[in-house]
Amino acid sequence: MSILLNKKTKLIVHGFTGAQGTFHSQQCMEYGSKIVGGVTPGKGGMEHLGVPVFNTAQEAVKTTGANAALIFVPPPYAADSILEAADAGVKVIICITEGIPVMDMVRVKKRLGAMNSAGREVTLVGPNCPGVITPGECKAGIMPGYIHRKGSVGIVSRSGTLTYEAVWQVTSQGLGQSTVVGIGGDPVQGMNFVDALKLFQADKQTEAVIMIGEIGGSAEEDAARYIKKEMTKPVFCFVAGKTAPPGRRMGHAGAIVEGNSGTHASKVEALKKAGATVVDNLSEIGLAVAAGLKPKAKTKAARK
Amino acid sequence: MKLLEYEGKDVFARYGIPLQKRAGIVKLGENTESLKLDGPGPWVVKAQVLAGGRGKAGGVKLAKTPAEARELTGKMLGMQMVTHQTQGKALTVEEVLVDEACDIAREIYISVVLDRKGCCPTIIASAEGGMSIEELAQSHPEKIIKLPVDVEAGLLDFQARQLAFDLKMPQKNFREFTAFARQLVRLFIEEDASLVEVNPLVITGVGRLIALDSKIVTDDNALFRHKDLAAKPDHEASEIEKEAKEIGINYIGLDGDIGCMVNGAGLAMATLDTVKMAGGDAANFLDVGGGANVDQITRAFQIILKDPKVKAVLVNIFGGIMKCDNIAAGVVEASKKIKIGIPLIVRLEGTNVKEGREILAKSGLKLQQADSLWEAAKKAVAAAK
Repeated sequence: MSILLNKKTKLIVHGFTGAQGTFHSQQCMEYGSKIVGGVTPGKGGMEHLGVPVFNTAQEAVKTTGANAALIFVPPPYAADSILEAADAGVKVIICITEGIPVMDMVRVKKRLGAMNSAGREVTLVGPNCPGVITPGECKAGIMPGYIHRKGSVGIVSRSGTLTYEAVWQVTSQGLGQSTVVGIGGDPVQGMNFVDALKLFQADKQTEAVIMIGEIGGSAEEDAARYIKKEMTKPVFCFVAGKTAPPGRRMGHAGAIVEGNSGTHASKVEALKKAGATVVDNLSEIGLAVAAGLKPKAKTKAARK
Repeated sequence: MKLLEYEGKDVFARYGIPLQKRAGIVKLGENTESLKLDGPGPWVVKAQVLAGGRGKAGGVKLAKTPAEARELTGKMLGMQMVTHQTQGKALTVEEVLVDEACDIAREIYISVVLDRKGCCPTIIASAEGGMSIEELAQSHPEKIIKLPVDVEAGLLDFQARQLAFDLKMPQKNFREFTAFARQLVRLFIEEDASLVEVNPLVITGVGRLIALDSKIVTDDNALFRHKDLAAKPDHEASEIEKEAKEIGINYIGLDGDIGCMVNGAGLAMATLDTVKMAGGDAANFLDVGGGANVDQITRAFQIILKDPKVKAVLVNIFGGIMKCDNIAAGVVEASKKIKIGIPLIVRLEGTNVKEGREILAKSGLKLQQADSLWEAAKKAVAAAK
């Protein structure tokens, strides 16, 4: 098992025929992902990368039976594409686009929330994220497929390249990943740490979780509360931005210490108190997981 | 982007938010004759800098006569200001705002922020304005009112009434206040703000409701639909930061001496942290972006080297889609174009890393390579000493 994506995932790509969409769709296809079609208004009927292009998401889903969407649409139109994909009935929406206005995401969250309350099950990952990959099965995003390896470590992160760094260290330790989820660096986003941790906790393939946080907001503190209450699997964390100056946005729109909230110290303290292992040195996260997974049999027995 | 007080007040005026009459704005190098000081006075002379605590630092003065207003304005222009929010650095006062002053009977705090967790705009208010809301949140959290607002409906009538009652708004100002609060929320949503703050909102001696100060932070991602805001200069960014932004590089100047070039914001932040852990201080945050090509790398080097404090450069690139051999070639190419006269430490990892390291080793460039971020940070710190 894995979370969010697997061998059966059928993807449609929004912004399929653009430069970014084309390049990354091709990479995903080469990795083995089943991209069954694309959506570009006005280009319906065309064929691109060997699969059909549709004018609307509804038509694409109806024709191909797609159950997930990958979005590369430019920022001014991306929020609309998320809602279009949700309306068409896909269950998982992964939005890569960086630079969507926050207010647009506030509106998107409200509508997705209403859909889910009405009984639909839609999960949004991102925006401003590298995407999601279940190694060996499906890659939906811009991450380099090659660094991943199938395994038992679940990874969730707010940053792209930091995720790659963690993945690479895990792979270099001879371990692998169940699923790697980039939740993105924006202040308002789809899935958060707690949502991802819940899925990993329930996933049989996942034996340990790496969580990469950063300054800004309170998602890490919320995750700490969940870890303390519900997680039985070990969680290994790194929080970026210890030395970031307050009041400045560190690249990601969401990475900012505002007043007394969102500080590095508060996040690390909460996670440590919750029983998670927090590494200060990023270069040690792979080693920490490897060391933590070895006495696995022992801790399982002890818990019983 | 943060707006100066008078820029924020210009936006307030468009939304009908009640303000004091403005005598004018004087910029450094201009004379004070442009000020329209024809009323009876007094006037308040305010330094336009992006930091709280201006009053204590001498950036807000009261003038009783037109002559005094001009004199204070002239003195304030060019002044170096250090407040508790400037982190020890001095800000030069380049613009001064002169407004008609008013007597204050009551001060109220009100702001609209984005509640990241609740994913909605939220009003934060307190009947005790004038002081730092953060201090009040610490000492008297019960005195702070939080009111979540729907992004599509705005502030509802009953919410506005509730807020007015909670703030003990006098009967005379009740309707004026509810209209003001609704407009403040409308402004927040329509202008794509991430913060709109009025501290203080005052009731004057004669019972007028006035927004005495303004603080607006806008969402940079939404500037494409706010051409007027996009055209304003970014007062917070340094010259190097502005230049970097123009060529699509995310750069933030810091106080240390190790220049950093990294791909990805998270990894860039983690690189600064690692440098610190290794005993050094980074001179900058720099994200070259996901597709770091020769051009971007050359530009990034140029930006980093503009900072005279930089004594060594640490390049930390995780080659993903962009392969390490291409990045290595980029570094070699870039260092041919621009002379890098200081130690260069390169850490490459990811796709085609072997080929990449070989290219660097054979290039004849004077650089040190590192296998891990930790090793790279230690080498950079040693090189800068």
